[in-house]
Amino acid sequence: MGIALKLVAQRIALSLLLLFLVSGLIFAGTQILPGDVAQSILGQSATPEALANLRRDLGLNEPALQRYISWLGNAMQGDFGTALTNGQDIISSLSGRLKNTLFLAFWAALISVPLAIFLGLVAVRYRERWPDKLISAVTLTSISIPEFLIGYVLMYFVGVKLGWAPTVSTVYADMSLGAKLQAIALPVTVLTLVVLAHMMRMTRAAILNVMQSAYVETAELKGLSMFRIIWRHAFPNAIAPVVNVVMLNLAYLVVGVVVVEVVFVYPGMGQYLVDHVSKRDVPVVQACGLVFAAVYIGLNIAADVISILSNPRLRHPK
Amino acid sequence: MSAPLLHVKDLQIGATIYPTDGPPKQIEIVKSVSFTLQKGKVLGLIGESGAGKSTIGLSAMAYGRGGVEITGGQVLLDGQDLLQKSPRGLRSVRGAQVTYVAQSAAASFNPARKIMDQVTEAAILQGKFTPAEARARAVRLFEKLGLPDPQNIGNRYPHQVSGGQLQRCMTALALCPEPDLVIFDEPTTALDVTTQIDVLVAIKAAIADTGVAALYITHDLAVVAQVSDDIMVLRMGEMVEYGPTDQIINNPQQDYTRALVSVRSIAHDEKPPSDDPILRMENITARYKGTQFDVLHDVSVDIAPGQTLAVVGESGSGKSTLARVLTGLLPARGGQITFDGETLSPDLAGRSRENLRELQMIYQMADVAMNPRQTVETIIGRPLEFYFGLRGRAKRDRVVELLDQIEMGSGFLDRYPAELSGGQKQRVCIARALAAKPKLIICDEVTSALDPLVADGILKLLLDLQARENVAYMFITHDLATVRAIADSIAVMYQGRLIRYGGKTQVLSPPFDDYTDLLLSSVPEMRLGWLEDVIANRRMESAGN
Amino acid sequence: MRMPLSARIGLFFTAVYFGAAIFAPWIAPYGMAEIVGDVWEPISADHLLGTDSIGRDLLTRMIYGGRTTIFIATMATIISFVTGSVLGFLAATLGGWADQALSRFVDLIMSIPTLIFALVLLSVMPVDVPVLILVMGLLDATRVYRLSRAVAVDINVMDYVEAARLRGEGRAWVIFREILPNALSPLVAEMGLRFIFMVLFVSTLSFLGLGVQPPEADWGGIVKENKDGIIYGIPAALVPAFAIATLAISVNLVADWVLNRTTSLKGGRG
Repeated sequence: MGIALKLVAQRIALSLLLLFLVSGLIFAGTQILPGDVAQSILGQSATPEALANLRRDLGLNEPALQRYISWLGNAMQGDFGTALTNGQDIISSLSGRLKNTLFLAFWAALISVPLAIFLGLVAVRYRERWPDKLISAVTLTSISIPEFLIGYVLMYFVGVKLGWAPTVSTVYADMSLGAKLQAIALPVTVLTLVVLAHMMRMTRAAILNVMQSAYVETAELKGLSMFRIIWRHAFPNAIAPVVNVVMLNLAYLVVGVVVVEVVFVYPGMGQYLVDHVSKRDVPVVQACGLVFAAVYIGLNIAADVISILSNPRLRHPK
Repeated sequence: MSAPLLHVKDLQIGATIYPTDGPPKQIEIVKSVSFTLQKGKVLGLIGESGAGKSTIGLSAMAYGRGGVEITGGQVLLDGQDLLQKSPRGLRSVRGAQVTYVAQSAAASFNPARKIMDQVTEAAILQGKFTPAEARARAVRLFEKLGLPDPQNIGNRYPHQVSGGQLQRCMTALALCPEPDLVIFDEPTTALDVTTQIDVLVAIKAAIADTGVAALYITHDLAVVAQVSDDIMVLRMGEMVEYGPTDQIINNPQQDYTRALVSVRSIAHDEKPPSDDPILRMENITARYKGTQFDVLHDVSVDIAPGQTLAVVGESGSGKSTLARVLTGLLPARGGQITFDGETLSPDLAGRSRENLRELQMIYQMADVAMNPRQTVETIIGRPLEFYFGLRGRAKRDRVVELLDQIEMGSGFLDRYPAELSGGQKQRVCIARALAAKPKLIICDEVTSALDPLVADGILKLLLDLQARENVAYMFITHDLATVRAIADSIAVMYQGRLIRYGGKTQVLSPPFDDYTDLLLSSVPEMRLGWLEDVIANRRMESAGN
Repeated sequence: MRMPLSARIGLFFTAVYFGAAIFAPWIAPYGMAEIVGDVWEPISADHLLGTDSIGRDLLTRMIYGGRTTIFIATMATIISFVTGSVLGFLAATLGGWADQALSRFVDLIMSIPTLIFALVLLSVMPVDVPVLILVMGLLDATRVYRLSRAVAVDINVMDYVEAARLRGEGRAWVIFREILPNALSPLVAEMGLRFIFMVLFVSTLSFLGLGVQPPEADWGGIVKENKDGIIYGIPAALVPAFAIATLAISVNLVADWVLNRTTSLKGGRG
């Protein structure tokens, strides 16, 4: 067990380092690039006095490194400062919206992951036959369709023409779970469709890879039943690649959320970020960017850790 | 004579291939093959790659790999036609009555499960033994097969034991359910020669002990001669010759069989040593970047002009590293290389174009040694252009001349490597090396990826060229038969050290050191009873010590 | 070799879209910003796709919008490809610290989702077409870098490249004569995929209001302009979204065919 644990610890340490560097990158991206923040907030026609005042208020006159250190120090204590546009505390707006986003992503994952694995297995079972070909055609199509097309098509037909689900997904903190679920029915469907095809195809590849290995042939030549071959021989070796696939697609889901939230006017992180990018509210953008990156890195690391832990060579070293 | 255990009648096997520029095609890969196998007997199936031997072997379990399908004939096991059985009926035969030992045990064991679980699985699930009985039987088999710590080795995972041990575990897996028939599919091909002999002895003893019948599939006639009662020679899906082992080895009837029997019997007399070597490597020490261990320790060898030094050893002996040091790809940490009278820079970057021209290399895998996007003309022509500035007509004429030398011809000028056979590819690589008019060519396992007859052709060509061009070879190989055929002097390497070095006759004559003795005696010879003789000799020696 | 039906369809639609983009001023029935009718008029002989949220001809908007979308996507793809593949090949052949430094930096950028990073950058940069192209192209170059480096590293360890080095060939020969011809086919196929990604990327940014700014329009922007109609049952916003999808699918079909064709040749003539 020693080697595996050591590797896991290494990965986690590495991801923390990565997150630290990412924070630097996000900060640098919003501070050091041309287009001074004050200038972009006030526009080209701003008077020099107004610019100077804003620069002072934003602390832009201090060296960048010093601003970064104090920003990061505060961020680590959960303080992202206040929004420029409305003066609200960022962390309190952010946490409610993060909850909403995770709620949306959770239900999308809950539906899409089992469905994708099931359909991936179907594709393997009927390899090179019509179910498999259909799946491959749908995948090719789905990576070419923007999320907002799926969103508006569903909104137009299911929401407006059929009237089966609300077209705008408004949720409040004190809504009942049932009402919330009804409100997010359409965005969850869109997110599911967005990640489903990818996940299905990658699952298919991962399982096929295992099914074509020599040890599965050995199991077949032992006269074992199909069920036992899959359950005892293929499955233990397929867990790691499939979990990897799932994690990578969940990371993709986090990004897909941004567009879907805007389409359905859902009060989540994505909409919060987009709103404040157009308003050039830099502290909010930095905070949102960091949180998105943290979730993304976290999921990628989880995929790494799971594949390390399920590797028999690392679990049982020589 | 009682009814045979296995009777294969008029077997035909086809495969579906999917060409990219057309509809799927059915091709015939085995054409009307018949044979019988009595209880407790061993039949050897022998042939080159593409002969259909593995496909025929697996048909005894009514199993087709990939797109392979049995299209006609009968496979009678104990009088019952397997091809007529239901999938359920077949499952009760596979893993119970007939079992399989694959070439690569490392890939055939499930990495996620313990060896014992996999060895006993079929025996238990097929209802042959209770779990406790199966485990006891497995331990007995481990012991019989000479595995260390037979009580506990089953608790390990496949990656925790060595390749030779895992191959023996695979044999235990096949024997555990007490089958009537075992199919051995090249079980020793992936192993080093000194490991191969141990596995071979273990397999032979296990077959004799359990009284099981076997199909033994291999490309190496000398190996199959040691274990089988009958041999069937196959070529391109057809039977060439089928008879008792003694007759096939000592009195082959067909030309093809005769060629296989006499393979690697090229006679080559050692040339006298020279005082003025073309290459002198002195006290070479080397290690790979970022490692703490030397992979070569104090190695010194010479090569005389126009002669061949064979560097022999098993995997991990450092023989290929020696070649890399010589090329300058891996600069030596210590020692000196003198080539053609001048000291050679240890690093590739420090060598003159003339140095590079005079020292050429030929690789093991000709497929990847040629740029797939270049024609034969470009491949052979580039050194002419690069070293001698030849262009246009003159270059083309010289390329044609070289193609003639390698017994190909101007018809190949516009071909791409993918359109050549394995032997032709290696010939083009030889021509490319020759184009530089080198004084020394490093040949790194140049024949080991080829079928024996093709390899023979390449060796003969190399000897001819040496006589004509007076070029010296450093011949890296693991195969002692090749060494006998081509070497003037021999360097035996083991774990990065030079164990034995000298003229061919001297190196191959007693008294031997322990390792050279082991290595030499492990090379299968094309005669009946060789394996028994070796074992008897080794017993006597160890009794004498 | 015969071209399969799917690739022909893909090629046909790709050509139609590119043709419309190039000849937009001659094809478009009205001026781009010209108000020619009522708000959201239905389809008629005068307005083949109806009118938009302020009464401009939708077909005209679509043709000009396609021009902008395709132009931005093409330029960004070129930047992404040139930057990514040059750096990737250099990293693979140089090795050592240069490779390490570049690769780790690319890892770092890729650990932030591309869309999020683009939003962060666009929050402080002036949003105009050159900036958009540059941001999209450079962010996407990380993916091209990874692919071309991986392909080049694979080829770089082949015996035939080693043989060229042992012959004494210079770096230029090794890169252009040994590695590049063998790396071309995966890279060309990837180029199709990168173009699709760029189309989706710029459309998404414009849809979010952070890409092409009005009165100029691209397809994503037209979706944004007309999205409020959906709730009233007016499908104008679906037209540009549909165009994006068909363009992307068409290019994908062609790229898929190129990839299959080149890999099946296995280095033979062709």
